[in-house]
Amino acid sequence: MIHPIPPGTRDVLPDEMRELRRLHLSMVDVFERFGYGEVRTPTIEYDDVIAQGEGRAAAGAYRFFDEQGALLALRSDMTVPIARLAATRFSDADMPLRLCYVADAYRAVRPQRGQMREFTQAGVELIGAEAPGGTAEVIEVLEAALDAAGLTRAVIGLGDADMHRQLLEGWGVEGEACDVALELLARHDLVGLEAHLIALQSVNEADRRTLVELSQLRGGREALAEARELGGPAVQRATMRIQETYDALDERGAADRVQIDLGLLRDLGYYSGAILEVYDPAVGHILGGGGRYDKLMARYGADLPAAGFSLYLERVHVAQMEEERILRAEAQQ
Amino acid sequence: MTGVSRVPRARAGGRLKVAVPRGALFAETLEVLEKVGIDVSELRGDSRSLVFDVDDFELVTMRPSDVPTYVEAGAADVGITGKDVLLEQADRVVYELLDLGYGMCRMVVAARRGDDSMSEAQRRLGGMRIATKYPRIAEDFFESTGRQAEVIDVKGSVELAPLVGLADGIVDLVATGRTLAENDLEVREEIVTCTARLVANRVSHKLRAAEVDDLTAKLREATGQ
Repeated sequence: MIHPIPPGTRDVLPDEMRELRRLHLSMVDVFERFGYGEVRTPTIEYDDVIAQGEGRAAAGAYRFFDEQGALLALRSDMTVPIARLAATRFSDADMPLRLCYVADAYRAVRPQRGQMREFTQAGVELIGAEAPGGTAEVIEVLEAALDAAGLTRAVIGLGDADMHRQLLEGWGVEGEACDVALELLARHDLVGLEAHLIALQSVNEADRRTLVELSQLRGGREALAEARELGGPAVQRATMRIQETYDALDERGAADRVQIDLGLLRDLGYYSGAILEVYDPAVGHILGGGGRYDKLMARYGADLPAAGFSLYLERVHVAQMEEERILRAEAQQ
Repeated sequence: MTGVSRVPRARAGGRLKVAVPRGALFAETLEVLEKVGIDVSELRGDSRSLVFDVDDFELVTMRPSDVPTYVEAGAADVGITGKDVLLEQADRVVYELLDLGYGMCRMVVAARRGDDSMSEAQRRLGGMRIATKYPRIAEDFFESTGRQAEVIDVKGSVELAPLVGLADGIVDLVATGRTLAENDLEVREEIVTCTARLVANRVSHKLRAAEVDDLTAKLREATGQ
């Protein structure tokens, strides 16, 4: 007899579970080594409390009423619940606060795309530590976590979440027109971006080229130099922020696998300043991401700078298997 | 916020994999690739192979509508396909790097010449029936213009639908308009102009930046865009 489960969910059987558990434990080991204590938060939260952190009307994709009629939501990531937890449980604690987690989160799926509604994230949150030192620490932990997973070829993209908006606003592109441009940039639809900016008319051709060229700059320090040549105060501020983070990483000997990327833009609403993405050459999708969210804690009444990252544990597992396969194939040759 | 996809397991490394569309864009795509110095003579032959190793590239030939699937998964690092395909599969996460300019077509609403069943259905039945191979583009277009339409997804010759009464009109891609004319159909509205586009996998765009940028620059020059 076949008894179905909802699309986007799955059963994990012993062979896979054994490997996932090992990966889970090795992640927590790394996090603990850097002084990050593991926490667990409820899978269900009050919808309005989570929405407060996400800064938008509707939080989770899955919302329902409890027996009292209260609106609950399944969490869509762990950063917002941990911000809530930190503001509530550690309001008098010494800063910075170092917390980590390995937990399931829930997101909506588009039909027939093989997407997961339920997936596992492993990550850390560093609360009360400012840029650039705090950002560099988080990246160092991320590198150690990737190494522990055997993903020594993985690369971390480092960008700035505020640069594009500031640049556009400096040119007088605001409100919806700005949001559309940012969305096109996040999707990296460069053809659409040019067309959108041309239609706006307020942006001259040189500025248009600047924005498109900036989004293509990625690499080592030379990318920052090239960005500065493109100019403008918003670019200067952003490159300065990235430079400081990169220098702090360099001091820790942790800059080698970081790729500066001025085209990086993430679609989560709470990021500010540094943003991160994780790639491995063995797989075609990002393995995780993170960055600074200096304004998120204030939404819960604790005005503290913060940064963190999360890895999609199942994707890391796939990358792990692919990297092992590549090694095996190379060994056979 | 949308769901997290299962991870595709295609691997980067080795030659840069380029998805080349067969079909209407094939000939012009080969011309452009030739202009940037890629030897495409093997692809021109009547080989039944699907994959061709040429210099630093692995050219992978496929249906244009499969290009976003392969590129999103990283099974191809970059690819060329029509904007019509990208619009219809707008939920595929691929980077659109360049408008290559060729393969110009119009996505149009068409109906039988002199026939007013579209407007009559609209007026008396509240909506019209539209047959198309591009259900998403059609739905978005009618919704964005405030009209109701029942979109009927067909796979073969769309022109047939209004002739036999399956639909009041069609949404389809038109290059010369000859097929429409031969079936006694006429263009009623134009939705969007489509050309060939260069797309990239988001991880390849980061991890093989130099190669992707170099190919993009050469293609930009070759197509005069």
